[in-house]
Amino acid sequence: MTRKPSLVLNRRQALLAAGAGAATLAMPTVLRAQDKSLKVGVYGGYFKDSFDTNIFPEFTKATGIAVESVAEPTGEAWLVQLEQAGRAGVAPADVSMMSQVAMRKGLQTELWQPLDPAKIGNFDAILPPFTVKYDDGRVAGVGAVAWYITLVSNTDAFPEAPDSWATFWDADKKDKLGLLALVSNSFLLEVTAKTFFGGTDILSTDDGILKVMDKLAELKPNVQLWYRDEAQFEQALKSGEIPMGQYYHDVTGLAAADGFPVRSTFPKEGGISDSGCWAVTKASQKLNLATTFIDYMTQPEIAGLLARKVGTAPVLKRDVLDLTDKEFAAVSSEIEPIVPRYDLYVEKSDWLNQKWTELIVG
Amino acid sequence: MSAPARTNASGQAALAFPAVMLAAFFVVPFGLMIAVSFFSREQGGFYTPVLTTANYQRFLSWFFADILLFSVGLSALVSAVCLTIGAPFTYLLSRLPRRSQVPWLVAMMAVLSLSEVIIGFAWSTLLSRTAGLSNLFVAIGLMDGPEAWSPSFTAVLCGMVYQAFPYSILVLYPAFSRLDPSLSEAARTLGASPVRAFFNVIVPSLRNALVATFIIVFVFALGAYLLPQLLGRPQHWTLSVLITDQAVYQSNMPFAAAMAVFLVASSLILVLLSTMFGGRREAK
Repeated sequence: MTRKPSLVLNRRQALLAAGAGAATLAMPTVLRAQDKSLKVGVYGGYFKDSFDTNIFPEFTKATGIAVESVAEPTGEAWLVQLEQAGRAGVAPADVSMMSQVAMRKGLQTELWQPLDPAKIGNFDAILPPFTVKYDDGRVAGVGAVAWYITLVSNTDAFPEAPDSWATFWDADKKDKLGLLALVSNSFLLEVTAKTFFGGTDILSTDDGILKVMDKLAELKPNVQLWYRDEAQFEQALKSGEIPMGQYYHDVTGLAAADGFPVRSTFPKEGGISDSGCWAVTKASQKLNLATTFIDYMTQPEIAGLLARKVGTAPVLKRDVLDLTDKEFAAVSSEIEPIVPRYDLYVEKSDWLNQKWTELIVG
Repeated sequence: MSAPARTNASGQAALAFPAVMLAAFFVVPFGLMIAVSFFSREQGGFYTPVLTTANYQRFLSWFFADILLFSVGLSALVSAVCLTIGAPFTYLLSRLPRRSQVPWLVAMMAVLSLSEVIIGFAWSTLLSRTAGLSNLFVAIGLMDGPEAWSPSFTAVLCGMVYQAFPYSILVLYPAFSRLDPSLSEAARTLGASPVRAFFNVIVPSLRNALVATFIIVFVFALGAYLLPQLLGRPQHWTLSVLITDQAVYQSNMPFAAAMAVFLVASSLILVLLSTMFGGRREAK
């Protein structure tokens, strides 16, 4: 009986200590933020955690610039927030990782501040497709990382790895697939075009797009989940509730490494290649610090670190990287990827969105 | 509710604060939304303040009419289910001694602290093939193998009723607990069965509370956009889901605003109709 109060006291002390500890940990960030700091937007969740642990502290050590990382939602949603904040002259983040579609949409409104390639040491080592420019050649975004969307499956439900996207259309996949719900992030038009129509050229005309959509419509009975939220599908894939679908190669690899019965396969038609740029919004007052950040992030060592720790594919030329062949193969593939027709999502975005919604809802 | 209107100065002053709040946080944003719904969309970009009716024209199609009808129908169904379960439940609850009422009320209100996301994920697990209720039925021999019950229309309905149910109790409870017990006692003395007394005496005398509950749950359900996504198939997506898509993912604010105006207008019309209906019956 007499020990009870001391137990309470101990717990309180522990709480107090924990609180004090947390405060001490938080303090340096606050102090550093007063001199040089930068708000960096990266995709929330595992991605951001990984940057917070492996990348940002090293950057602060090397440059003295404190990083306040901001969890950004999926590219399009973040673009809307940046646009609106930009109109009010506010920058929710100085520099953000932006997907290709969002980058291109931002070009239309001159949302991105032009970057000076001369201040980015490894600019020439970045593979050209990963950098986004304005029509007049000004650099709007510098390649950050690349990732693949691949065919993923639950190894318990499917002991044999599938080898083609065409497997989605098989009758035995009824109610078994999880696919991305938006036309501009699922890239299923490109997948269908490459798998059944010999390439993405058919998407150049409206008639061609509708033909591809007809083929996609055959898929509908097989789709159990059209997901907007990654966590929703990841959970279902791990448990086998939805045993097949399209998902990110990097995160699936990490889940498999953690012992979940999942695998990511590059089908023979190729995985979908997509990538992110570092871009600075026009509302940011810290272009110089942001350029320092981008310069730091484009070093070959950092690209290697990202590939090993985050599982993203590098955007730098293969010969400047210090990755072994095995490490490189883990984040990429020799099979020629399906490259999204980004132009469509800017020029025809409303029409595509309308047809797509009618396709999956109707 | 039927207190005589106060016309003195202090009464007016007391009204000023809520009026300002209403203007600042409802009238102005709603006005902005209506304005934006007439702006022209810049594809791939944002919008410019050039007046156009294109956004409304785009909405006027069978495709969106279907979705609007489905959204309204679903909300009405959620309201109806909440009332059907809620009214007898609250009636029985209000007959209990006060001490036993409290835990029930606390449990009901606790549901309000759950976010839509948690409710959605919980129901999708509960109705899943791998971890859901059907496994229980298999274990006790009622089913041959586990089945996925989510996504489906039933799953959406269950989730939304679960979420809205506490609100219906919240509106019904005061009315039921104020109800004079002698009403039903009189009915019973005159020979009515408990069920008959409930429908012929209790329900008519509480019509206003029931109509109010229906409207509140209806409007609440009309705004749901997460549960239909988490628990339904695309054909169960409500207009709110499509508005979210346009506003959040397509950055098409003008079209999202136009759709929202339609949604608000149709819910206002339905609310007016139901109050008129409730009011007329009252007057008889």
